[in-house]
Amino acid sequence: MTDKERIINILRQDARISNEKIAVMLNITVDEAAKMISELEDEGIIIGYTAITNDEKMDKNFVCALIDVKVSPQVSCGYDGVAMKIAAYREVSSVYLMSGGYDLSVTIKGRNLREVAMFVTERLAPLDGVISTTTHFILHRYKEKDKMFTRNTDERSLVSP
Amino acid sequence: MDYSNILSKKVQALEFSGIRKFFDIAASVKDVISLSVGEPDFKSPWEVRKEAVRILEQGRTAYTANAGLAELRQAISDYLYKRSSIRYDASEQIIVTVGGSEAIDLSLRALIDTGDEVLIPQPSFVCYAPIVKLVNGVAVPIETKAEDNFKLTAKALKEHITPKTKALVLPFPNNPTGAVMRKNDLEEIAAVLRDTNIIVISDEIYSELTYGNERHISISQIDGMEERTVVINGFSKAFAMTGWRLGFAAAPKEIILQMLKIHQYAIMSSPTVSQFAAITALNECEKDIEYMRGEYDMRRRLIVDGVRELGLECFEPEGAFYIFPSIKSTGMTSQEFCEKLVQTHKVAVVPGDAFGACGEGYIRISYAYSLEHIMTALERMRQFLKDIGA
Ligand SMILES: Cc1ncc(COP(=O)(O)O)c(C=O)c1O
Repeated sequence: MTDKERIINILRQDARISNEKIAVMLNITVDEAAKMISELEDEGIIIGYTAITNDEKMDKNFVCALIDVKVSPQVSCGYDGVAMKIAAYREVSSVYLMSGGYDLSVTIKGRNLREVAMFVTERLAPLDGVISTTTHFILHRYKEKDKMFTRNTDERSLVSP
Repeated sequence: MDYSNILSKKVQALEFSGIRKFFDIAASVKDVISLSVGEPDFKSPWEVRKEAVRILEQGRTAYTANAGLAELRQAISDYLYKRSSIRYDASEQIIVTVGGSEAIDLSLRALIDTGDEVLIPQPSFVCYAPIVKLVNGVAVPIETKAEDNFKLTAKALKEHITPKTKALVLPFPNNPTGAVMRKNDLEEIAAVLRDTNIIVISDEIYSELTYGNERHISISQIDGMEERTVVINGFSKAFAMTGWRLGFAAAPKEIILQMLKIHQYAIMSSPTVSQFAAITALNECEKDIEYMRGEYDMRRRLIVDGVRELGLECFEPEGAFYIFPSIKSTGMTSQEFCEKLVQTHKVAVVPGDAFGACGEGYIRISYAYSLEHIMTALERMRQFLKDIGA
């Protein structure tokens, strides 16, 4: 593994860790660590830092849905045009182009079921190029971005030789 | 019934390990975060688990040969050859055991007669002296010191050898200190032993977990030592396979034969599914070892730095996954320190004296934990040291 790969590995575990600690772990200087991180950012390898939140805990009506979207590709830009339009909505948290039975997989978050349903019928389905949508509501999230939603999954004994 | 008159006096006189006692204390406190385990936080490699399921589906549930599956012994022989350039004969010089633990037990039982002395560098893993006592041997601790980087020195070794010395346990890379013995260190030890009949029981269970450019070297690789060394190793640490209970010993065939006799009566054969899975571990999991070693290495640096920042003196370990900082500056004993830390700030670390009397004044901290976990624990320790005015 290169130092840059190690940095990504560390930041994926904890993006708030200080450059000082990264430098200690990789046995490099703080300046070197800072430089590698800004290079990763400039190269677009690191595209941002964000909190992974358990939204249900803040608002018990919170819902999250995965929407399968069938799209007819446009002559000029294939799927990109529709995908970018969908991605631009604030409610949309991810958009992926998929192989298989449909074309785009869209994750959206809303304050309640109705909000999500309205978003799909009023904003997503009518878009030029969208042929059909299938909405799956997420019932429970167990793991996201490498993190478990439950703590203390360590099954090892508290103390062992 | 008065069982104390019925049960073996020898066994009753044996104490539970300090680790076990400390577990009872830590378990009585709620929401403890632990830095006290001696096993990896990684799951066993996926290929290993998959192979075990496949073997179970095939119904391979019978005993194996006493010494272990021939194919596994061959894989172990190839592995040892790759690492040490020593070719142990798969049919006569290797035995597959229930963890490194059983291999340690067998080798001591195969060697020790009443009154024989066994040299045990300490601080070290907890099982050696009790097993020696159970076979009526005499455990002779040799203190290793922080100023020697917790290595065994030729001088200390010489001072403890008597006409009754039968064996030397060589527990490196060391649990709990993280010390390793490099080639020149081993050559000095070999120079002392070469003209004796002392057998080395080299517990190399952490051999895959050494850090820096130099890899682990076994004392069996030093001139003249192969014929007087029992190499103990296993799958628990390097392959994150503690629960599979599988280890092995490699040694001259005369020693293995006697060990096999005991194993045949006490165990019959090591767990069959584990043995099949271990073949996969040796053949396919080099990259997993590599990955885990890299993770441990980063944590090692982080935690050594963190503990030193707290003002504790700490030797930089080069192997295993423990650090062994001194808490002498707090004026407390290891026991007091650990009890107070767990009770007031809910962090469990192991008192150093659990690994031998000379571990007094130290604590063992394991870094087989996630970065997040380690940093949270360090933060609590910072608060603790502040509160006790250290
Ligand atoms: C130094 C040492 N040797 C041997 C063992 C035994 O390991 P196992 O029986 O799981 O192979 C341990 C486990 O903690 C150890 O630390």
